[in-house]
Amino acid sequence: MSIFLNENSKVIVQGITGSEGTKHSTKMLAAGTNIVGGVNARKAGQTVTIGGKDLTVFGTVEEAMKETGADVSVVFVPPKFAKDAVVEAIDAEIPLAVVITEGIPVHDSAYFWAHAVAKGGKTRIIGPNCPGIISPGRSNAGIIPADISGAGPIGLVSKSGTLTYQMMFELRDIGFSTAIGIGGDPVIGTTHIDALEAFEADPGTKAIVMIGEIGGDAEERAADFVKANMTKPVVGYVAGFTAPEGKTMGHAGAIVSGSAGTAQAKKEALEAAGVKVGKTPSETAALMKEVVAAL
Amino acid sequence: MDLYEYQAKELFAAHGVPVLPGRTVETADDAAAAAAEIGGTVVVKAQVKTGGRGKAGGVKLAETPDEAREKAGAILGMDIKGHTVHRVLVTEASDIAEEYYFSFLLDRSNRTFLAMASAEGGMEIEQLAVERPEALAKVPVDPIAGVDRAKADEIVAQAKLPAEVADEAARVIVELWEAFVAEDATLVEVNPLVRDPQDRIIALDGKVTLDDNAVFRQPAHADLVDQRTEDPLEAKAKAKDLNYVKLDGEVGVIGNGAGLVMSTLDVVAYAGERHGGVKPANFLDIGGGASAEVMAAGLDIILGDPAVKSVFVNVFGGITACDAVANGIVEALKMLGDNATKPLVVRLDGNNVEEGRRILQEANHPLVTQVGTMDDAADKAAELAAAGA
Repeated sequence: MSIFLNENSKVIVQGITGSEGTKHSTKMLAAGTNIVGGVNARKAGQTVTIGGKDLTVFGTVEEAMKETGADVSVVFVPPKFAKDAVVEAIDAEIPLAVVITEGIPVHDSAYFWAHAVAKGGKTRIIGPNCPGIISPGRSNAGIIPADISGAGPIGLVSKSGTLTYQMMFELRDIGFSTAIGIGGDPVIGTTHIDALEAFEADPGTKAIVMIGEIGGDAEERAADFVKANMTKPVVGYVAGFTAPEGKTMGHAGAIVSGSAGTAQAKKEALEAAGVKVGKTPSETAALMKEVVAAL
Repeated sequence: MDLYEYQAKELFAAHGVPVLPGRTVETADDAAAAAAEIGGTVVVKAQVKTGGRGKAGGVKLAETPDEAREKAGAILGMDIKGHTVHRVLVTEASDIAEEYYFSFLLDRSNRTFLAMASAEGGMEIEQLAVERPEALAKVPVDPIAGVDRAKADEIVAQAKLPAEVADEAARVIVELWEAFVAEDATLVEVNPLVRDPQDRIIALDGKVTLDDNAVFRQPAHADLVDQRTEDPLEAKAKAKDLNYVKLDGEVGVIGNGAGLVMSTLDVVAYAGERHGGVKPANFLDIGGGASAEVMAAGLDIILGDPAVKSVFVNVFGGITACDAVANGIVEALKMLGDNATKPLVVRLDGNNVEEGRRILQEANHPLVTQVGTMDDAADKAAELAAAGA
């Protein structure tokens, strides 16, 4: 089993004709993702051939959904046009929008998040500035390399793309139900808590690894959630112990402000909630191996 | 990017928010000239991007131009919490009847914007929030609806600002919201927002943080960067579009992906505990495309840091293929030639790793050591840095 994405998912790509969109559509198709079309208003009606498959480019998400039954959109649209693209996906009420685009102004992401809430929360947003979601062996929506790890009982949720890859690599002998990169921006759609809740309910997931980093209080809130709601074991990792105050560390949201958002505070909150927290990615993986061995 | 007070106030003025006339100067003589121009009593204020300037002696009243020269002379060059004062703002001294607090900010936890306002301004907001939480109104602002006059009235009422200035305060709040949106700010703070004896509302101080992701539609923001206080290596890296943060250690770090690089810094710091206390020298994320040019530019920045004794290249090939990274390293070392003098520890994993490792092995560069895992490579890099220190 898996969460949010499975073998029945029908995927469209917003920005399929751009270089990133084309490159990653090729990789997603190779990983077995059922891509059913693309969206680009200026190229509506054209057909693109990607990875040997002919895909129709639709003018709107709504039209693409009507014609193909798509229920997932992966967004590769550049920052300048990303807000409109996500709003369009929300208006079409697509169940899942995975926003890969990096560098979206926070006024735009706050806007589309508010729009999604106002529309009744019918669209789950993952990202922005994220690597997407993979349910190995079933489907891959985004840019996570499909060959790092196969299917298995671990659920993974992470703010960081490359730490997702690193952790999947370290635990490739066990495998994953679903791995989600939720993104490192200050405003994101799906949170650690949303993923934890879904993993708790997913019979295919036996244990969860959650990866956080400096900035905000998402990890602390996730710790509260774990304590109150999780019966499955959770292992954690937090990056950024050596990050100086007031400096943005690559991700727009990765910043320690005054005494808020430190890695130490996050680690302590998680440990207080019974989460085993590794000092390094490899130690975290070792903790997860112990947890899985004891299941 | 955080702005200086004078930049924040210029931005306020451009959006119709009342501020006092003033001039920013860099010498004591210019401060005297500015004081003469403004007339009467002036305030000389250190321009540094940190709080507590007043307590540190960086804000002084001056009744005459001579006094302004003297005060500015004492403040210029002063160190306030590690920030050197290069400029002072000379501004009209206001008659203050009351001080309020006001800000708009991004509320990350609730994924929305927030207005904070209080009739008790002047003190640090963190202190106010702890000591008098009931005096601080927090009003969520919907990013779509924004702040119109009715919303501003609501904020004023919740903050319990006096009736005599309610109208004027609401007007200023609408202007501040317009500045917050139009400038892609994530923080606009006015502390204090003051009421003068004529019941006018004036932004006496200003703190603004701008969203770096919005530069594509805010071309004017580039001019607000202060080249002088920027770290020279950080400025050089920015010019080459590299995501670099200077730290104070000895092990240079290059990696791909913000999370992995942050993690690499931590792992290096732990390894350093076993090797003479060496620490990471920088954060550098070369992102997805690790071409030879990007790798060379990255290495060039890091080797330009005299504190660096060894370099740790930590790449997990996701989108990036390890063979491309390996070729990038080999080409970069060729480009840098004799300028490359520090030992490099390279750890490659992921996409096309065998080919990447083979390329480095065959190149057999005397400065390059390959290590299989992130932990072992960090240890090796720390060991080499300690030996070279």
